[in-house]
Amino acid sequence: MQFMLLFSRQGKLRLQKWYVPLSDKERKKISRDLVQTILARKPKMCSFLEWRDLKIVYKRYASLYFCCAVEDQDNELITLEIIHRYVELLDKYFGSVCELDIIFNFEKAYFILDEFLLGGEAQETSKKNVLKAIEQADLLQENTFSSGMRC
Amino acid sequence: MGPVHTVYGPALLCAGAGCSQQFGAQPQWIWFLSSSYVGAHSTTLMPTVSKGDGMRGLAVFISDIRNCKSKEAEIKRINKELANIRSKFKGDKALDGYSKKKYVCKLLFIFLLGHDIDFGHMEAVNLLSSNKYTEKQIGYLFISVLVNSNSDLIRLINNGIKNDLASRNPTFMNLALHCIANVGSREMAEAFAFEIPSILVAGDTMDSVKQSAALCLLRLNRTSPDLVPMGEWTARVVHLLNDQHLGVVTAATSLITTLAQKSPDDFKTSISLAVARLSRIVTSASIDLQDYTYYFVAAPWLSVKLLRLLQCYPPPEDAALRSRLTECLETILNKAQEPPKSKKVQHSNAKNAVLFEAISLIIHHDSEPTLLVRACNQLGQFLQHRETNLRYLALESMCTLASSEFSHEAVKTHIDTVINALKTERDVSVRQRAVDLLYAMCDRSNAKQIVAEMLSYLETADYSIREEIVLKVAILAEKYAVDYTWYVDTILNLIRVAGDYVSEEVWYRVIQIVINRDDVQGYAAKTVFEALQAPACHENLVKVGGYILGEFGNLIAGDSRSSPLVQFSLLHSKFHLCSVPTRALLLSAYIKFINLFPEVKATIQDVLRSDSQLRNADVELQQRAVEYLKLSCIASTDILATVLEEMPPFPERESSILAKLKRKKGPGKLPDIDENRRNVNGSSEHSENTDTTNKVSYVLNLNSSPSTGPSLLVDVFSDSSTSASVDVSEDNFSRFVCKNNGVIYENQLLQIGLKSEYRQNLGRIYVFYGNKTSTQFLSFSSFVTSSDILKTHILHCLIASYPIIEGGAQVQQILNIECVSDFTDAPVLNIQFRYGGTLQNIAVKLPVMLNKFFQPTEMTSQDFFQRWKQLGAPQQEVQKIFKAQHPMDTDVTKAKILGFGVALLDGVDPNPANFVGAGVIHTKSTQVGCLLRLEPNAQAQMYRLTLRTSRESVSQRLCELLGEQF
Repeated sequence: MQFMLLFSRQGKLRLQKWYVPLSDKERKKISRDLVQTILARKPKMCSFLEWRDLKIVYKRYASLYFCCAVEDQDNELITLEIIHRYVELLDKYFGSVCELDIIFNFEKAYFILDEFLLGGEAQETSKKNVLKAIEQADLLQENTFSSGMRC
Repeated sequence: MGPVHTVYGPALLCAGAGCSQQFGAQPQWIWFLSSSYVGAHSTTLMPTVSKGDGMRGLAVFISDIRNCKSKEAEIKRINKELANIRSKFKGDKALDGYSKKKYVCKLLFIFLLGHDIDFGHMEAVNLLSSNKYTEKQIGYLFISVLVNSNSDLIRLINNGIKNDLASRNPTFMNLALHCIANVGSREMAEAFAFEIPSILVAGDTMDSVKQSAALCLLRLNRTSPDLVPMGEWTARVVHLLNDQHLGVVTAATSLITTLAQKSPDDFKTSISLAVARLSRIVTSASIDLQDYTYYFVAAPWLSVKLLRLLQCYPPPEDAALRSRLTECLETILNKAQEPPKSKKVQHSNAKNAVLFEAISLIIHHDSEPTLLVRACNQLGQFLQHRETNLRYLALESMCTLASSEFSHEAVKTHIDTVINALKTERDVSVRQRAVDLLYAMCDRSNAKQIVAEMLSYLETADYSIREEIVLKVAILAEKYAVDYTWYVDTILNLIRVAGDYVSEEVWYRVIQIVINRDDVQGYAAKTVFEALQAPACHENLVKVGGYILGEFGNLIAGDSRSSPLVQFSLLHSKFHLCSVPTRALLLSAYIKFINLFPEVKATIQDVLRSDSQLRNADVELQQRAVEYLKLSCIASTDILATVLEEMPPFPERESSILAKLKRKKGPGKLPDIDENRRNVNGSSEHSENTDTTNKVSYVLNLNSSPSTGPSLLVDVFSDSSTSASVDVSEDNFSRFVCKNNGVIYENQLLQIGLKSEYRQNLGRIYVFYGNKTSTQFLSFSSFVTSSDILKTHILHCLIASYPIIEGGAQVQQILNIECVSDFTDAPVLNIQFRYGGTLQNIAVKLPVMLNKFFQPTEMTSQDFFQRWKQLGAPQQEVQKIFKAQHPMDTDVTKAKILGFGVALLDGVDPNPANFVGAGVIHTKSTQVGCLLRLEPNAQAQMYRLTLRTSRESVSQRLCELLGEQF
């Protein structure tokens, strides 16, 4: 996978993750072009499209679009399910996740993504294992935080 | 307080089985429909869910931003916050970890809103070096998102990473590995590429760390393959395929696939392990794999990855292994026929993801006719599936099946379904796939039907894909033409239906073919003559008509309905509606007519003699008219017949339209429609010349001016300036203003070096392409493009191609350049090659600038000032005052001015601190003398640069070029 973007129906980027080295300028241009292209598509259209020399896989969940760019030989359907598993992870963690959770807790959304995908490839596909890792980290946070409060 | 989601928007996932595909149909709250500026709410409710430690200050800030009612208000709020954070960071009071973390988070949020952040990196590095997990995590996140190539900073970051990797605390180690994988810079590869393999294969490493280490190594291997050492660990990494923990296997399989693509021999042992693992997965009951079962599908991600890994290799040689793999593939195909275990789309997606990957492997092996035909039948079912996604993928996958000799016939049986898809699919991207498949399944037996269907689709096709369809029709028509009258009809139809989308390549090609085949010339002349009779015909038809009648009009002149005069009047009736290039072409056709038909000589001479021709404002048309008229008056019939002889046949080479389509689509995406389809071993045959030392060097004259001979030869092989949509790299462009040699472009794979020599108005550039990897580049090609304006100002152009550039090897290309007149823009070098299965597209702006054609001129102080005064007109002088961007060093400045190409004149300027220079720009048409003066002001750190030349555009351009060098 080359990158993943989350954006709202108004075209506002909510999360972006890049797995290939690109300059800020290029990233902005790609996001802008792609968001426009996808927002222009009708709801019942196919989830895949060719874009430049990449394959785009996207799906809308309520007010948010999840969009991945994969390479020519990558599998579109499994990418679609990568998106779904990520949504499930967010949903389980936040409890009925909605767009605002991701806006206000953007750092958590990044941490969850890093546990699930690394370097653009699936690292751990078990929902339990990913959430266990995140919850352990949260526990560590609370401990360090409260100990920090004490001193 | 618990979360009250209905207040602030719909949940992304809805519970219940009813909602499977699209969630967007639910009602949208005003909250979500409105942009964040709409003040339908007075205050934003903050979500009350706060996992871990909440940062209240951050949440307040985010709410503030969301409550801003305009973009201006948002920017104002952000600037206020930035000022606040800056003062906190700069303040005397040391910030505690929590505050630092909060502010760094705010900066991150501001960055994610799309604003630039140029500080806070140091604080982030402090955070990641903290002992507290919560601070460390935020520090790493900031660095991962806002990578900065600042090398000092990278050293500090690397230091933090080093400590965490050595900490033996798995959570810390994971954070560090994630950061390396996210940033993936060369500096990090240099620092850690040796260490990570040992973490990965060490016996006591935790599973989760192994997973991170595997993918971290994968990322480093992708970005800096040369830095990842191969060695003893590679054998052990293969055995991770046997690991008990499926997460470890999942991560390791990706790594092994990447490594095996580069050095397949080193990872051969992975084949049997992968087959064994796959076999266990596909035969397992769905509950066996516990949490790795996804909607009743056993480990779909891992299955797909294993099938991908096996695609790095030919079918296993060992018979037992081979039959075990075949069994796996058959099981997967069988499962597709079983009733679904769930109605959820996730179930069918995961199942079909594995199925499509299995089909890819079957196609890759291309050795089991039964499997290939079964795959084809399965895809055939999907062609009519109600899910658009599956129809799309089936069309895509069938394209590759069509190129196998075993399944080509089976694919062809679906032709009616595919044609129907072309007519009825509502999504343009699906129709596009249908066009691709029709193109791939085309052969002699069905070419007429497919071409006819594509032509009729073209009439209503989306504008975005018309040009591509035109190219495809043109290629198929040429390739499968049995009688060329059909070919000529097809191309003329193309022009009629979609004239605007018929690129030059297409009409050049039809002319090439007509010229090369004398059996079709008479028919072509007759057909274009008839087509031209339509009251409104496309300009491209006028071009083809003009050319063909000019060459072969005599073949139909016997018929009184198409007598020479009728032909001429017909062409000339279109003349005034056409653009200049077409008119120029028609004038050439007229002079050819004078040779072919002496009886219309007087009529044509009258036309040429008219004021609208002889005094045409366009210099090209005027010149042609004058020269052709003169030629027709003074040359004897013999000379005329020799000069205006029929065009000789074009040398046969690759069709220029095929080349264009390849460039448009990338060679890998173009199904092989060659007769010799892929052979049994799965590899395609290469009949190309593999001589990589072959140097290509030829200059094509792109100016088709009549003074080079009144021929109609238009350069049909040159590239039009429509290259793929690759961003052109200009990074090193300005560094070459004052020097001729060096590295113009470099990425992880490729280095491009230049050596250039210029003499007067001529130049030669040696381009060196170095493969930095240990793997071959395939189908390497490079060609130069330039804007149309530029083409008339400098001459150059060539294409080089090498089937293979070996790992570590370097090849050379020579470009010849001639400066015809002064110019501003620069040509672009386009490079394409395949590396590890992906197509690489690179475009680099070539440092061909006006000042390269300088000859230095020495002169005395007296001469200098005399000329300086002569060039005193306001438009001849261009001046620029600018701030120094580099330290003001006299020797460096001198070297730069000399490198710019002028002579440095000592003792001319009364102020010894100033620099003056003189030189002459050589172009083919003229020489332009240039004087320059550079006045440094050390106190103000400013320069004033003044250029005087006899030509405004030259002064302007030279000032721009030199003004950026100091």
